[in-house]
Amino acid sequence: MTQIFGNLLSNYEDVVAVLLFSIGFCVLLFSRNLIKKVVGLDIMDTGVFLLLASRGYIAGRHVPIIVDGITTAEYYINPIPAGLVLTGIVVSVSVSALMLSLTVRIYRTYHTLDVDALYMMMAVNKGGKP
Amino acid sequence: MRDKPILDPEFSSIWTLWKNGQIDLTTPLRSAGHQDPKSVREVEKYRPRRSREAYSQYVRRSTKLYKIAATCLCLIFITVMLLTVANLPPYGDPNAPTVNEVSERYLEEGTDETGAVNTVAGMILDYRAFDTLGESFVLFTSVCAVAILMNLSGKRQHIKHTKELINYADDMIVRGVCRFLIPVILIFGIYILLNGHLSPGGGFSGGAVLGAGLIIYAMVWGEEQASRIFPAKTVRLVVFCSLVFYCLAKSYSFYTGANHLPSAIPMGIPGHILSGGLIMPLNVAVGFVVCFTMYSFYMFFRRGRL
Amino acid sequence: MSFVQNFPFFSIILSLLCTVVSFILNGKWARRLTLFLLCAGTALQTCTLLFCCRGNIRYTYMMGHFAAPWGNELSIGILEASLALLFGVVMLLSVLGGSEHVATDVALPKQHLYWLMVDLTYVSLLLLCYTNDIFTGYVFIEISTIAACSLLAAKEVGRALIASVRYMIFALIGSGLFLIGVILTYSITGELLFPQLRTAVTALWEAGTYRFSMTVAIGLMTVGLSIKSGLFPFHFWLPDAHGQATAATSGILSGVIIKGYIVLLIKIIYQVVGIDIFRASGIQNILLIFGVGGMVVCSISAIGAPRLKTMVAFSSAAQVGYIFMGLGLGTHSALLAVLFQIFAHALTKPMLFLSSSSLMDASGGRQDFRSLWGAGHRYPMAGFTFTVGALSMVGIPLLAGFIPKLYFALAAFGMGWRTWVVLLALTVSTILNVMYFLYTTILIWLPGEERTHVHERVRPRMGTVCPAMLLAGLNLLVGIHSAALAALFTQGIDLFCQ
Repeated sequence: MTQIFGNLLSNYEDVVAVLLFSIGFCVLLFSRNLIKKVVGLDIMDTGVFLLLASRGYIAGRHVPIIVDGITTAEYYINPIPAGLVLTGIVVSVSVSALMLSLTVRIYRTYHTLDVDALYMMMAVNKGGKP
Repeated sequence: MRDKPILDPEFSSIWTLWKNGQIDLTTPLRSAGHQDPKSVREVEKYRPRRSREAYSQYVRRSTKLYKIAATCLCLIFITVMLLTVANLPPYGDPNAPTVNEVSERYLEEGTDETGAVNTVAGMILDYRAFDTLGESFVLFTSVCAVAILMNLSGKRQHIKHTKELINYADDMIVRGVCRFLIPVILIFGIYILLNGHLSPGGGFSGGAVLGAGLIIYAMVWGEEQASRIFPAKTVRLVVFCSLVFYCLAKSYSFYTGANHLPSAIPMGIPGHILSGGLIMPLNVAVGFVVCFTMYSFYMFFRRGRL
Repeated sequence: MSFVQNFPFFSIILSLLCTVVSFILNGKWARRLTLFLLCAGTALQTCTLLFCCRGNIRYTYMMGHFAAPWGNELSIGILEASLALLFGVVMLLSVLGGSEHVATDVALPKQHLYWLMVDLTYVSLLLLCYTNDIFTGYVFIEISTIAACSLLAAKEVGRALIASVRYMIFALIGSGLFLIGVILTYSITGELLFPQLRTAVTALWEAGTYRFSMTVAIGLMTVGLSIKSGLFPFHFWLPDAHGQATAATSGILSGVIIKGYIVLLIKIIYQVVGIDIFRASGIQNILLIFGVGGMVVCSISAIGAPRLKTMVAFSSAAQVGYIFMGLGLGTHSALLAVLFQIFAHALTKPMLFLSSSSLMDASGGRQDFRSLWGAGHRYPMAGFTFTVGALSMVGIPLLAGFIPKLYFALAAFGMGWRTWVVLLALTVSTILNVMYFLYTTILIWLPGEERTHVHERVRPRMGTVCPAMLLAGLNLLVGIHSAALAALFTQGIDLFCQ
């Protein structure tokens, strides 16, 4: 048990990333407003990128841009997670844009942003359970 | 945590009208954009199986059930993730499993094999270039998706949907500052683009800065003026040419690599601006795509078309 | 290295180029370009499949000048090529059959964007079959999600927008969980390509280090992909999304897109984690239980569905339950049954959706079962293809749907408590399938013109009917020549699971 607490304290960046992801996940599940759901999705993705980026850090080393001709691998941090985070951020921007355009379109058609009202409309019109 | 349904006071809300019994939700709900009567295929008239009170009771019960299930799910998920994080390699550890021969080669031989001083740029545009190709297509997909959803067609093109809360055209301070600021932003963006293989930067960050410059221009000088300088045809042509160039250049690289043929692209001297083989032209292509994607998002959301 | 080995790479690049070219074309030419792409892609995959069969090989294709683990790779073999060929053929026939509905359901200035999304779906499916790298798989999963949502939301009439919001929320939760699984796997092993991941995971599991986070990582990847394919407790987005879309989109979503995620899951189970570690981690039993639950619960929901297309969509969720039950059994014979189920369902479901749309047209645009009374007499060809599809779903011999059920039953023997669970689930779900599919089939063929006010016969449209007939023919072919297919799959599985 104390070992788990010790590990959590030393991996504090990952703990913060997991907490961010959980906050975003809760907002996504519990809020009824569509725009709040999109914000929750964004916070979730931020948590994921923090988790990935923190996996590349090595204490006491420098940014992976070759300076002064030093090409030994022990001088720099790991460049792979940085590249993966770049891809992830672009993907996150794309899906946020798509979700927001869906929200605007739904508002123009149905004049409400409440997901419960939307599912209700769908259920009543189907003549069956939602 | 009970938030009320969001109702706009200006537009009549279908939810309130239905609750007050003023409309019957069994009439087909037609979309705002497409008015073609031939397309109303699914004329569905149903009698609701239960009464309105039974429906609202059902909705209240299922909402309570959903909230309980979601709370349990969130608590279990947070606990599991915290225990997992406690079981990962320590933060900042030089003996972590991720520090292996892969990152070693990227750092030690990256500059010789790719020609880029920035090893992250060398990795994403040379070693693992296929992921970046996919990523550019994710951005392209989303701009096409926003075009499908937001692009107004036909009669609705000339109707303004947003109220003009703030008009920057008469604001002297904003205009004056932007007259100085926008060229600086654009030059900074071009610098980030071209220097992607020598310093932190690259196509994505440079394109985002350029896109921000274009968006400020469209905001301050008006969307009509911006669409006169960047008409829809130009934007589509530039995005098309950049993506086609990216595909063809990278497929040449993939084909020669897979068939073990030598590549005819010169590597240049590391540290000079014209070096790194295909990395700089690819950065420029990606930068154009990202810049016009950001600008298109703004224009689609603002006025429904480019 | 022979020239044929480049063909999968050529089909991927051709799809990407067709996508970009569709951006500047108009609707008519974009549709022709999509049809050309699907035909060319099918031809290329056929050549690849013949090459792999003849040489009995499974090879890797370097994407760039650097070998794994420093560069990206594709892995091409019999199973991957046959699945890619299936996806291409099914997409081609769905698109051909649904073109007329697309012309009326999607606004004219946006039709070229619809066909662009079809091209993107094709490229992401090709890549999910052929990829050898887990992060490339994630990027193309995202392309597939965005493209599927646009295909769904392009329909201007009906409740497709609300269905697409629900679909996007579930799909993005699935993608987020999958990405966390990938990140955890990378932090523990330091590798991203499948062969290197396999060696690292096996070594770590035997040493016993990081076992908890490894189990959580595998679990998160499995849950993420299960949410996206519509496994039982996460299937709530599926009936609305597949039931509200236009006919071509429903066929593509139900027939191929959810199968693409399942193919990636199969590759992760067999080539990243290894079936022994997957069994030892306990996730396999959970998949079995959820699959069985899906088979029963979704069939019960299909019985209660008030509309035809929603019923067909619920039956999709039930058939996905079969696939996960097979993955939960974990033997090579169960994997053979899973492959047959993927083939049978991909060939049957688009045919059901196309004929449902035609039957709806013959009933005045209505989908409730009262209006469908006697619809088969008003549109006999659509009624015939619907009947073939329904019989295949139920599992009548001579049709493709019978083969996977037979192989599932054969694979279940000798597995302890799982034998009883699987056999009982197969029996119960077959009875439930009969209840709703045969009921509907009998309903559309009953002569009852006085019950509805729609009397006239609909003139059959060749463009919609011929692809459905072709799918019915393929269904019959697979059902009759299943032994040859079984030999092909067994050869492929041996190469795949080394």
